[in-house]
Amino acid sequence: MSGFNHRAIWSIYKFELHRFRRTWLTGLLVPVITTSLYFVVFGGAIGSRMTQIDGIPYAAFIVPGLIMMSMFTESIFNASFGIYMPKFTGTIYELLSAPVSAVETVIAYVGAAATKSLIVGSIIFLTAHLFVDLPVAHPLAMAGFMILIAVSFCLFGFILGIWAQSFEQLQVIPLLIVMPMTFLGGAFYSIHMLAEPWRTITLFNPIVYLISGFRWTFFGRGDVGIEFSLLFIAGMLALCLGIIGWMFRTGYRLKK
Amino acid sequence: MASIISITGLTKSYASGFQALKGVDLDIEEGEIFALLGPNGAGKTTMISIVCGNVRPSGGRVTVAGHDIITDYRGSRSAIGLVPQELSTDQFERVIDTVTFSRGLFGKPRNDAYIEKVLRDLSLWDKRNNKILELSGGMKRRVMIAKALSHEPRVLFLDEPTAGVDVELRRDMWKLIGELRLTGVTIILTTHYIEEAEEMADRVGVINKGELVLVEEKATLMKKLGKKTLTVTLSEPLSAVPPELGEWHVTLKSDGHEIEYVFDTRAERTGVSTLLRKLGDLGIGYKDLNTQQSSLEDIFVSLVHREKAA
Repeated sequence: MSGFNHRAIWSIYKFELHRFRRTWLTGLLVPVITTSLYFVVFGGAIGSRMTQIDGIPYAAFIVPGLIMMSMFTESIFNASFGIYMPKFTGTIYELLSAPVSAVETVIAYVGAAATKSLIVGSIIFLTAHLFVDLPVAHPLAMAGFMILIAVSFCLFGFILGIWAQSFEQLQVIPLLIVMPMTFLGGAFYSIHMLAEPWRTITLFNPIVYLISGFRWTFFGRGDVGIEFSLLFIAGMLALCLGIIGWMFRTGYRLKK
Repeated sequence: MASIISITGLTKSYASGFQALKGVDLDIEEGEIFALLGPNGAGKTTMISIVCGNVRPSGGRVTVAGHDIITDYRGSRSAIGLVPQELSTDQFERVIDTVTFSRGLFGKPRNDAYIEKVLRDLSLWDKRNNKILELSGGMKRRVMIAKALSHEPRVLFLDEPTAGVDVELRRDMWKLIGELRLTGVTIILTTHYIEEAEEMADRVGVINKGELVLVEEKATLMKKLGKKTLTVTLSEPLSAVPPELGEWHVTLKSDGHEIEYVFDTRAERTGVSTLLRKLGDLGIGYKDLNTQQSSLEDIFVSLVHREKAA
């Protein structure tokens, strides 16, 4: 046998989605409930006292940030778990001894994790419609943006899963770095509301560009230009692919 | 017979500087059962892991069914089924799902009839809808064998298939391996139980400290095994073997205090009684008799010790 092992990709992809299905209740219900809570607290209780931001009602303004935040964490958790678990239980022996290339492995695991976070992102998007009037200025760009975000954060999660040697290491990056950066990256406010020097400092946070770009697809404007957002996503994709390529070439933490 | 696996000059050094394999050469013939024997840490698992793709070699060359394991890994890995030492399974999956998954992972098109045959052969068909975590240890091992066989490999690696398994299950496993060989698959198993190699293998290789110290047909080894040594402790030392004892080919040991006679226990006449009668006729007195069997274990232990002394 030679050439592309598409059957292996499909097998891993199905296996991973099956793993998600086992926990579909928490996996799908949690984002719906979390989103609703955010709307009740921020949109209802606080938002009613806030003026519009950039001419957008506050409750609508937070939707893109909310979707991004869930997709960041979902992508990282799912992708890192997908590759960490076989390492932890020892079943990775089978993957390493199978006629499967690095590219096929990444497509399968990242593809499955990205699928799940796209489902979660879409559920939040739909749930949001129950609470607010939500116009979407560029629907195609919005879908494309979600896909790019899901893929790049799943790649990042995949790297994390290969790197991690304990469950704690697996959780430390998403909880201690990505989550704070998301909160400080303008998920719930416009960075124009910040005073200097915080506004300039915030611009060093890459998450700002991602959330801003996604907000652009909804309202036609963001904190920074859409071209910067795309540049940041492209950079993140390239960086993650580079690291994964290096990991597979050297067998980093996979093969002795 | 053509060799299905060819290993030349295989070496492996770990980052710590530890040399797990020091230049191993080995050819495995298609259809045989080869037992790789050696103490813990000898390099058995390292060798298997390199052939299967789980560990990178430091030097040397390995081909499986003619495919180089590095430049044509798809070809070589497709030909191999691996059952590792540890019981590593996806506990929450059903038996049939995990076996079907393995077949897909190896790029084979779906074939329910073949999967059913594998599961029936391994007495797993009744358990096909059970989750793996509900199975006993012996059954889990069978699931791992089913996964390894799911893609119709030509070579099956069994790394310590009976480690930590009770006597009865070990018998079952031996029977199972005997049945598997009838399907034509080449089987390479590692073990540190001598009986296991004796029971099943066509050829035996002994590995110690990263070196293959012996590769021999089991039949040849068994011939050595069938020999017994009779040691006669004499009352008075002899300076030379009397010519009357020539037909027994005895040797003098311990400065003439002992006579050693090697005989075949399976021969019609072992020559023991005639030798003793002859000694009596010659008036050679003796105070003790001792017979000893040379076992595969002795050969193994002496090989391993010789290595240690070196």
